[in-house]
Amino acid sequence: MLKLHGRAIYRGQARGTALVSPAAIGFLGGVDAETGMVVEPGHPLQGQSIVGRVLVFPTGKGSTVGSYTLYRLAKRGLAPAAIINARSEAIVAVGAIIAGIPMVDRVDIAQIRTGDPVEVNGEDVLIG
Amino acid sequence: MKLTAEEQAMLAGGAGLATQKAMQIIVALAEIYEAAALVPVASAQIAGISYKNLGGAGLEFLEEWAAQGARVRVPAFMNPAGMDLQRWREMGIAPEFARQQQRVIAALITMGVESTCTCTPYLVGHAPRPGEHLAWSESSAVSYANSVLGARSNREGGPSALAAAITGRTAAYGLHLTENRRATHLVEVHCGLRNEADYGALGYLVGRQVGDGVPYFRFLQETRFLQEDGFLTRRENLMALGAAMGASGAVALYHIEGVTPEAAAALAPLRAFGGPQSAVPVPSAPLPAIVIDTLAEAYAALDSPLDEIDFVSLGCPHSTLADIERVAQLLEGKRVKATLWVTTSRGVQQVAEQQGLVARIEASGARVFADTCLVVAPVEEMGFKAMATNSAKAAFYAPMHSGLQRRFGTLEQCIAAALTGRWTGRRESGPC
Repeated sequence: MLKLHGRAIYRGQARGTALVSPAAIGFLGGVDAETGMVVEPGHPLQGQSIVGRVLVFPTGKGSTVGSYTLYRLAKRGLAPAAIINARSEAIVAVGAIIAGIPMVDRVDIAQIRTGDPVEVNGEDVLIG
Repeated sequence: MKLTAEEQAMLAGGAGLATQKAMQIIVALAEIYEAAALVPVASAQIAGISYKNLGGAGLEFLEEWAAQGARVRVPAFMNPAGMDLQRWREMGIAPEFARQQQRVIAALITMGVESTCTCTPYLVGHAPRPGEHLAWSESSAVSYANSVLGARSNREGGPSALAAAITGRTAAYGLHLTENRRATHLVEVHCGLRNEADYGALGYLVGRQVGDGVPYFRFLQETRFLQEDGFLTRRENLMALGAAMGASGAVALYHIEGVTPEAAAALAPLRAFGGPQSAVPVPSAPLPAIVIDTLAEAYAALDSPLDEIDFVSLGCPHSTLADIERVAQLLEGKRVKATLWVTTSRGVQQVAEQQGLVARIEASGARVFADTCLVVAPVEEMGFKAMATNSAKAAFYAPMHSGLQRRFGTLEQCIAAALTGRWTGRRESGPC
């Protein structure tokens, strides 16, 4: 078991299977709020579902109203279980707060592989 | 980070659940941007109003936040919506879109946000005072407030501006801090700028190069810096310059030598700009310089080779009363062939109506719409093929946001295109 330590953006506890993106994620237009699928053309996660996963990506991008997409996903039970970023920015941070999704940043995300069982607890990330 | 007792109480839920959520957002952003404290804001300008951008997700959240009791603590006003709130049928807006847009507006009004619906709040009674801290979000409004009016705002996101309105606070980082308002690039302009299109073209070029930097302009040619409207250049020119830099780049503050209020301080040593009294002025390294001796590249990028024009859009940023008057004069006694929209704020529209300008313009078949603009209205669903505009910002966004090819030129050239349905505009030959 590997333990990483980051900074809690929205404090909470959650478990799930990691889904790791090497590229930034823009939620407005990039993720379908009705299905939880990544739909951005050419994105490394295109066609994959973020529902219930521990979603790991470097940082957010795109329109600031993308925060609301995370909220809508959560309302429909389609949100990721937790979010781990290398470096947080305003769009995803605000989205995680209004959606109530546990979120940690300043984590060495290269240590996490898609499929790893991951637990987020406050500022701690437990892998394996 | 230091929070006051009142801020701590909001964070702990003492002012209710909705305010607590807003304060959580502000504090998280303060941590992300490593702010040492929060700062009270005088007003908030909230983007993300158009249902085209907000969608069902945003509407759902705004309605729930309003129902939870979220209320603004400081004057707050909306960015343009996706339609004229009164004349949307004439714009060709679908009733379903209109219904959802009205729900967005209603939720925000419940929270206490004024339905000003403009990117030029400073023209309709919301001009900030120099030095005031703001949480504004539309990029051209932020640029004008910082650069021309000397107020202090970062480019807030729509949700963060709303959280700032509800808490009355924003994180003290970026352009709220004096040291970050200094110039980062020196831009030497060797072109004589003739009109708003030239200013927009210049802004497009500079925005691409400086990103989120703070350019300092030095105009080395006669640039019609004549006293007009109490400014050293036409206000409309500065609006066009800032809007273009906010679109092609992320410029939120610029300085123009001899024109904008903080220009002198922007190049002065740190101490003179308000740093610690004891600090010894550091001999500053020369700023990276950008030399502009032609605008041709901007016109090549923003102007598609089109002959036939079926849509002409003026008013990005929202038209001033002076520009509406120019349009009325140019259209006097004529009929337009293409669809012509002049978009402006409700406040300016009302004054223009009282002065008879709206009736004069609309007698030509053109329309003066309030509350909306080309960039946020669902124009892609209206079947237009080729647009003309005098806004570099609109020309920059139109292919991406609205699926439109476009011609870019002066207001006069755009009116000529509206009257004939053809683009005949040619740039005057000159040094640029």
